[in-house]
Amino acid sequence: MGEKEYQNSGRRTGMPGGSHGRHPGGEKAKDFVGIWKKLLGYCRKYFAFFVIAIVCSAIGTVLTLIGPDKLSELTDTIAEGITPPSTSIDMERVLAIGLTLISFYLLSYLLSAIQGWIMSTVTQRVSKAMRSDISKKINRLPMWFYNRTTTGDVLSRVTNDVDTIGQSLNHSIGNMVSAVILFVGSLVMMLKTNGWMTLTAALASFLGFVLMFSIMGKSQKYFTRQQKHLGEINGHIEEIYSGHTVVKAYNGEDEAQRVFDRMNNNLCESGFKAQCLSGLMMPIMGFIGNLGYVAVCVVGGAMALSGKISFGVIVAFMMYVRYFTQPLSQIAQAVQSLQSAGAAGERVFEFLEAEEMEAEEGKISVLDHVEGNVEFEHVRFGYEDSDATVIYDFSAKAKAGQKIAIVGPTGAGKTTLVNLLMRFHEIQGGKIRIDGTPTNLMTREAVHSLFCMVLQDTWLFEGSVRENLVYNNEDVDEEKIKEACRAVGLDHFIRTLPQGYDTVLNDQVNLSQGQKQQLTIARAMIANKPMLILDQQIQTAMDQLMENRTSFVIAHRLSTIKNANLILVLKDGDIIESGTHEALLDRGGFYAELYNSQFETAG
Amino acid sequence: MLKLFKNLRRTEGMLVALSLVFIVLQVWLDLTMPEYMAEITRLVQIPGSEMSEILLAGGKMLLCALGSLAASVVTAVCAAKIAAGFGGTLRRKLFSKVGSFSMEEIGHFSTASLITRSTNDITQVQNLIVMGLQMLIKAPIMAVWAIGKISGKAREWTMSTAAAVIILLLVVLISMILVMPKFKKMQKLTDDLNRVTRENLTGLRVVRAYNAEQYQENKFEDANEALTSTNLFTQRAMSFLMPSIQLIMSGLSLAIYWIGAVLINKADMMGKIDLFSEMMVFSQYAIQVVMSFMMLVMIFMILPRASVSANRIMEVLDTAPTIVDGKREEGNVRNGEVEFRNVSFRYPDADGDVLQNISFTAKKGETVALIGATGCGKSTVINLIPRFYDATKGEVLVDGVNVREYTQKSLRAKIGYVSQKAILFTGTIHSNVAYGDNGQAAASEEEVKDAVAIAQAAEFVEQLDGTYDGYVAQGGANLSGGQKQRISIARAVARKPEIFIFDDSFSALDYKTDRILRRTLDEKCGDATRIIVAQRIGTIRDADKIIVLEEGKIAGMGRHQELMKNCEVYQQIALSQLSKEELA
Repeated sequence: MGEKEYQNSGRRTGMPGGSHGRHPGGEKAKDFVGIWKKLLGYCRKYFAFFVIAIVCSAIGTVLTLIGPDKLSELTDTIAEGITPPSTSIDMERVLAIGLTLISFYLLSYLLSAIQGWIMSTVTQRVSKAMRSDISKKINRLPMWFYNRTTTGDVLSRVTNDVDTIGQSLNHSIGNMVSAVILFVGSLVMMLKTNGWMTLTAALASFLGFVLMFSIMGKSQKYFTRQQKHLGEINGHIEEIYSGHTVVKAYNGEDEAQRVFDRMNNNLCESGFKAQCLSGLMMPIMGFIGNLGYVAVCVVGGAMALSGKISFGVIVAFMMYVRYFTQPLSQIAQAVQSLQSAGAAGERVFEFLEAEEMEAEEGKISVLDHVEGNVEFEHVRFGYEDSDATVIYDFSAKAKAGQKIAIVGPTGAGKTTLVNLLMRFHEIQGGKIRIDGTPTNLMTREAVHSLFCMVLQDTWLFEGSVRENLVYNNEDVDEEKIKEACRAVGLDHFIRTLPQGYDTVLNDQVNLSQGQKQQLTIARAMIANKPMLILDQQIQTAMDQLMENRTSFVIAHRLSTIKNANLILVLKDGDIIESGTHEALLDRGGFYAELYNSQFETAG
Repeated sequence: MLKLFKNLRRTEGMLVALSLVFIVLQVWLDLTMPEYMAEITRLVQIPGSEMSEILLAGGKMLLCALGSLAASVVTAVCAAKIAAGFGGTLRRKLFSKVGSFSMEEIGHFSTASLITRSTNDITQVQNLIVMGLQMLIKAPIMAVWAIGKISGKAREWTMSTAAAVIILLLVVLISMILVMPKFKKMQKLTDDLNRVTRENLTGLRVVRAYNAEQYQENKFEDANEALTSTNLFTQRAMSFLMPSIQLIMSGLSLAIYWIGAVLINKADMMGKIDLFSEMMVFSQYAIQVVMSFMMLVMIFMILPRASVSANRIMEVLDTAPTIVDGKREEGNVRNGEVEFRNVSFRYPDADGDVLQNISFTAKKGETVALIGATGCGKSTVINLIPRFYDATKGEVLVDGVNVREYTQKSLRAKIGYVSQKAILFTGTIHSNVAYGDNGQAAASEEEVKDAVAIAQAAEFVEQLDGTYDGYVAQGGANLSGGQKQRISIARAVARKPEIFIFDDSFSALDYKTDRILRRTLDEKCGDATRIIVAQRIGTIRDADKIIVLEEGKIAGMGRHQELMKNCEVYQQIALSQLSKEELA
């Protein structure tokens, strides 16, 4: 696996804010409602299912409200049966109530199962859609976006954050609905029975609400911080694990451990606070339930003693106040889980809503009869997120089939130039024309389809050798693959692998850097596109690859470009010399100096 | 799984004990409260009770409630503290364990998998503790206590409670059998998803150049679908579990009342009233019994995924690093001499040797270059010096002492290693150049500047925003290939090592920079031994000793001119790069 690499001039500005600006979000106030609107937007497709689930949950809740009522009817029937003058229990009534209850229970079992099934299906589908969107978004974001984001950070959004959202959707929405219905239902029943008693119950519960929301307001902050610290530490872990050799070679373990310990402590602290506050929620809610119970009994008792209400009212209220406060804890839990989903959602949407590359409807998608004439016309470029100009005024012409070499000291803008040619970045002034058509009038895809590109970073993925070679080009015949591998001198090596071309390349297969480069060259040969961009030192089979193609070669070895039709000498983003090898040597300028320097003995 | 909990620290163990005490207190209070509740109910129902009596009972119940609140707050804080502390400890242990691994162990697990283990898996275990610990302690106490309260009552009731518990356990068992294998697959599928995403992110330019966005997305979709369908199965199966438990509990209450009705009907007048009050109490506590079993079940719901994670963590913690420290801090002499004596090397589990019988000496201040076709073992040779791997046969000596005898720290303090692919870390230019520890004082600002100047990086660094404090993104993503490589060379220079190792480190540089850099190195660091792997003849033609490798064996050794005369392999490499006149 390679790593992304960006060519930059020395004038490139650093990160905004100096350093460590990986999480531009920080801890600013969160737009909770906005995030949830967006999250629910994802569920729009499943609206009908949602309604069914909610209806199921509602009916189930009503059954919950009636069920205990029936059960106390059963108790009353038994109690009546043992109170004189009655001598036996009305068993027929017991049977009737029993059967009613059984049907209630079965019905509510069915309803909850349906609701659970629907909710888990919907949330899984939604999570999946969200992950797909992130994956697609990765390919629609401009290159410079990745200068300020770490791989670990994006990964954590794909897995951790989406998981959090999924779990929250699954558990909270159903609970929320039934809790609200239970709450409203019992409130209605209470109001119907007695106003003053309702007030008592409500006041006790109000205390619960106040406590609950004050805790929640605080815990949200810690949840956000926890997620942020988690992202940071994951980024660090990724960096250190990937740079393992250098860390070891430089005895950097202690330093890495120190940074890690600091991040780990931060995470422990914010994690502790977040968990702590959320752990308090349940006990407090339990207490509020008991408080309501006692309040109703005491106030009810006083009112009963003064003859204002009957005892039956108190008994009824004892049950109602339970129903009234119980959903509070459910709501609290649901809200808390909605909050952590909110924090996760914010990170997901921050990524999903990042500015994309411009849309390309109506642009030229296929170029007919590609000959391969390329023209740079007063090209000016600076990175999108900075003001500095990297390339000032670049003009050059390449005729079809020519070999163009780009030479210059590091940082002169060589890689930037090919990045512009590929439209990985957009130019800010001038034009790049291919066979007369400006590339900014073509779709990026059309531009990419014109170039074979062999890069310095040898990017391979976990898959068979064959898959790595043909890449996204599915119908390539076997002979062509072998031919390409023979040309780069890999065929023999591949055939010595345990499964030949079907050997899966992963961390266990030891390929040398050179072999990886050969593989990527073979990949370019198989792709067989009309022009070539070469940013690599290996020269094997290069002549074959360059045949009949307009080729842009970033010169790592001057000896290999002597036969180039045109050599462009770059310095600080501008062409300072151009011409053939001989012409440039005769001129005795920068190129000549560069060329001759390789034969001088050091020291 | 249980082995993992051996990692609990003393304080956390004490916190567990503390929460145990408070959980017992809480269970006691929770089981006492119904008594006061019943008393209030009775007082309210009996006409003529005094207000003061109600207030007294209410006060007592409120006290219980407050006590229970306090107890559970303490437990919650303990649980949070334990989870955060334990998670932190594990994460730290895992991180330093991975830090002690050699390339062999890293290759065995793969970097991606180690990252998931250090992040995701730990979170899983942490969640288990937050939710599980309280329940795990509370459930059995609650069950035993509640069973004690109802024991000795009518056999029919006890039987029905037992039946409910058995059905409950059966339901859970069946769900587990269905779901467990899927849970095991889940982490692997998450890994796959991560891998595909990482591939896309690291290969952005290639993906775009090949118009392979759709291809990548399809691949992601496959991984995504596999994960989603596994998740769907487990979630759906689980969505039946809770309603089933609810059904069992409701059914049990109904059964107790129904059986009660029959029993009471059969009993004589006196027995009737006793039975009735017993029934009321029994139904209360029977639900508590089932509830406590339910709590245990809940743990089982989060247990499978967490236990898979725990195993994956243990796997890493249990792996012993193959490279172990020796005892020596210093060599016999301190001159930076490197010697290979009949060294052979093969990768673990591989059939053939990568290196065979390599012998050579690099003396103080000498430049020794390794050259050869790709895959001939050049990099492997130099990886043996800082002990990234250990030689399979033969000896590698530094300062006259076998590298195995040194502590890794003191061995590596002698070495300035520059890898093939420049690896930089998030931070600043300064933090990257002054990186690491060579057993001496940290590099000063002046030393960093010197090193950067020697590495020919001063010009671009000084133009950076913030110059030496300029920001370096992860992996040095905001610098070009050549810039990164020069910073990584400056890092080696700042170390002031006895031995420099350059693993093809000059190839990202243009010739001119390459030449000036090497000349400056000769001037400023001429005392250090330099071992260079190179592809360009130009880079190494002045070396004191050039070693030509072919298929892991030495095909020639000597100076440029000698090799041009007597080593065919060298001649071929040279001719492919420079014309005859230039080589003369």
